[in-house]
Amino acid sequence: MTMAAVSQDPSVASYYVDDAFYGALVARFTGWQDEARLIGDYPERDLFRALLEREARVLDQHDYDSWLAMLTRACVYWAPGTPQAGDPRTEIAVMFDDRRRLEDRIYRLRTGYAWSQAPVSRTVRLITNVEVFEAEDADHRMLRSNFLISEFWDNQVRVLTGWCGHHMEKTDGRWLIRAKQINLIDCDQCIRNPSIIL
Amino acid sequence: MSLDYDHLVQEDRVHRALYTDPAIFAAEMSNIFGATWIYVAHESEIPNPNDFITRKLGLRPVIVLRDANDKLRVLFNRCTHRGTTLCRHEKGNARAFQCPYHGWNFLNTGKLRGVPWADGYSSDIKDPKFNVAQVPRVESYRGFIFATLNEAAPPLLTWLGPITRPIDEWLDRNPGGKVFVCEANRFKFKGNWKLAYDNSSDGYHVIYSHRSLLEMENRLADESNKGMAYYKNSPDALPMYVQYMGNGHHFKDKRPNLQPRPGGLWAIESTHPGMEHAQDMFRAKYGERAESLLDLAGSEPVNVNIFPNLSLLGNHIQVFQPVSVDETDAIWYGTRIEDVNGDIGDALPTINALRMRTQEGFPNFGEVDDLANFEQIQRGLQCPEDEWIYMNRGLGLPDRIKHNPDGTITAPATDEVFMREYIKEWKKLMQARPELTIQREP
Ligand code: FES
Ligand SMILES: [Fe+2]
Repeated sequence: MTMAAVSQDPSVASYYVDDAFYGALVARFTGWQDEARLIGDYPERDLFRALLEREARVLDQHDYDSWLAMLTRACVYWAPGTPQAGDPRTEIAVMFDDRRRLEDRIYRLRTGYAWSQAPVSRTVRLITNVEVFEAEDADHRMLRSNFLISEFWDNQVRVLTGWCGHHMEKTDGRWLIRAKQINLIDCDQCIRNPSIIL
Repeated sequence: MSLDYDHLVQEDRVHRALYTDPAIFAAEMSNIFGATWIYVAHESEIPNPNDFITRKLGLRPVIVLRDANDKLRVLFNRCTHRGTTLCRHEKGNARAFQCPYHGWNFLNTGKLRGVPWADGYSSDIKDPKFNVAQVPRVESYRGFIFATLNEAAPPLLTWLGPITRPIDEWLDRNPGGKVFVCEANRFKFKGNWKLAYDNSSDGYHVIYSHRSLLEMENRLADESNKGMAYYKNSPDALPMYVQYMGNGHHFKDKRPNLQPRPGGLWAIESTHPGMEHAQDMFRAKYGERAESLLDLAGSEPVNVNIFPNLSLLGNHIQVFQPVSVDETDAIWYGTRIEDVNGDIGDALPTINALRMRTQEGFPNFGEVDDLANFEQIQRGLQCPEDEWIYMNRGLGLPDRIKHNPDGTITAPATDEVFMREYIKEWKKLMQARPELTIQREP
């Protein structure tokens, strides 16, 4: 039935964020930065570095359609509210978006009435210290990178910084972002106007 | 120059100085954030003996703690030797605090336990004047801990007065009437703290300040009825209302807009991660009970504003923390529930996970726009010659504002009567000469 097919679309309805999803997400982002799983192969690291640099560029350019296309359909964008990330089932996060909420976030920015982004912030992102870790098989990788976002808003430049964990998944020969965990170093502090996409 | 508060606060308007004058801010830090009951923490943040959390009472750094005998205390976070803060951690569990500077050691009752090389002092180092200063009055109302330095302040319950009814209702919709704090969305804005308190019952700003949110929340809806969409047409004709509750407290009640049935709250909940999964699973598994379970994850449509720094809204405990005359922290503590009565069972983890996601919605997509507007008010008020800020909406219209027998005042949702009334209370407090005192263990 077409109705059912439509309602399962993660852009429209949120079925994939279930108990199993949360359990797997928390497990995946626990203890993954294991020296023994670090990939020393530079061409592979360069491939992911290029991907993260592209992500930074499209976000700096507010090219959100290109950015969304870099994510799997059933994705998650998660900025924890505590330095050890915590459990999103029992703790409020700074941000925790599934596909639909990410599209909400972008929709809101485009309404013309998002006063926190009027005028829009200008950003320049530096992505460094990229490390690639093995995951369950050759179609999954975990990336750690450091970021420094210079944001010009309200007549001044400020810096947002921290590190990201990307869960990459190879789908139809393309590497896509399945989960992005953004760890702001001041995630548990009061932040002025946290309204850009990190 | 002494301040003429009768001139600065008028029937229909207030002077810009209330938001811009550092001298007024300094006076507020004693006459308000000192002489009235100030919310400092929730008991669920310090559930066990010797748990502590560091907070501020006005600008004073304090340690809010539960001592070994379960007594709630608010200690100045200040060593009695030369004044350094004793505790630099945000929370933890400790029977004692040892000053990092010269090593004086204090029990969490505030009592000085010992100092290095005590024989170097000619006077008695056990003199009570060396015990840590603490806030003389600390009281809790159903888990909300308040403190005041004013011995002459009325008992907490008296001071809360009629606002206890919406506090009770806000709590009692949760199992066992209890909520548990679980981290927060934390914001800073460059504006005076009263801009946030003015906003907390303001039904007039919703349709415009939150226009991006309302459009976003309804982009996928069949009919545009999600979130605060009820503000769209004639909000003052709807059954929702604003109520001034006395002593500076006020209450915005949007519940009368809901369908009065289990699931009525859930029916207007906008979209959140995991909601369709939870909804279908609950309906299949729990039948009729599903709707009230879903309501536990939904945002309660009230704003219970307790002067001057606490606001219960949705499922949040929001705290306004002044930093300076033109800077404020607004902290939206999230709450989860526990299966206190044993009737939620295995639905609990799903309810809480969903409740986390519903709570992240408004701070992310609504509050940021208000905060941008507060900051721009602070900027607009830098024009000294244009002196007044108006809060006259509803004033002088016949039959619009109702004075109730219990002293509370009810008005349509977009009325500014609550601002006019709370600022009178503010004026009264600012004109008073309160005596602030501290206490030390004997
Ligand atoms: S300042 Fe605390 S021991 Fe000296
Ligand atoms: Fe608002």
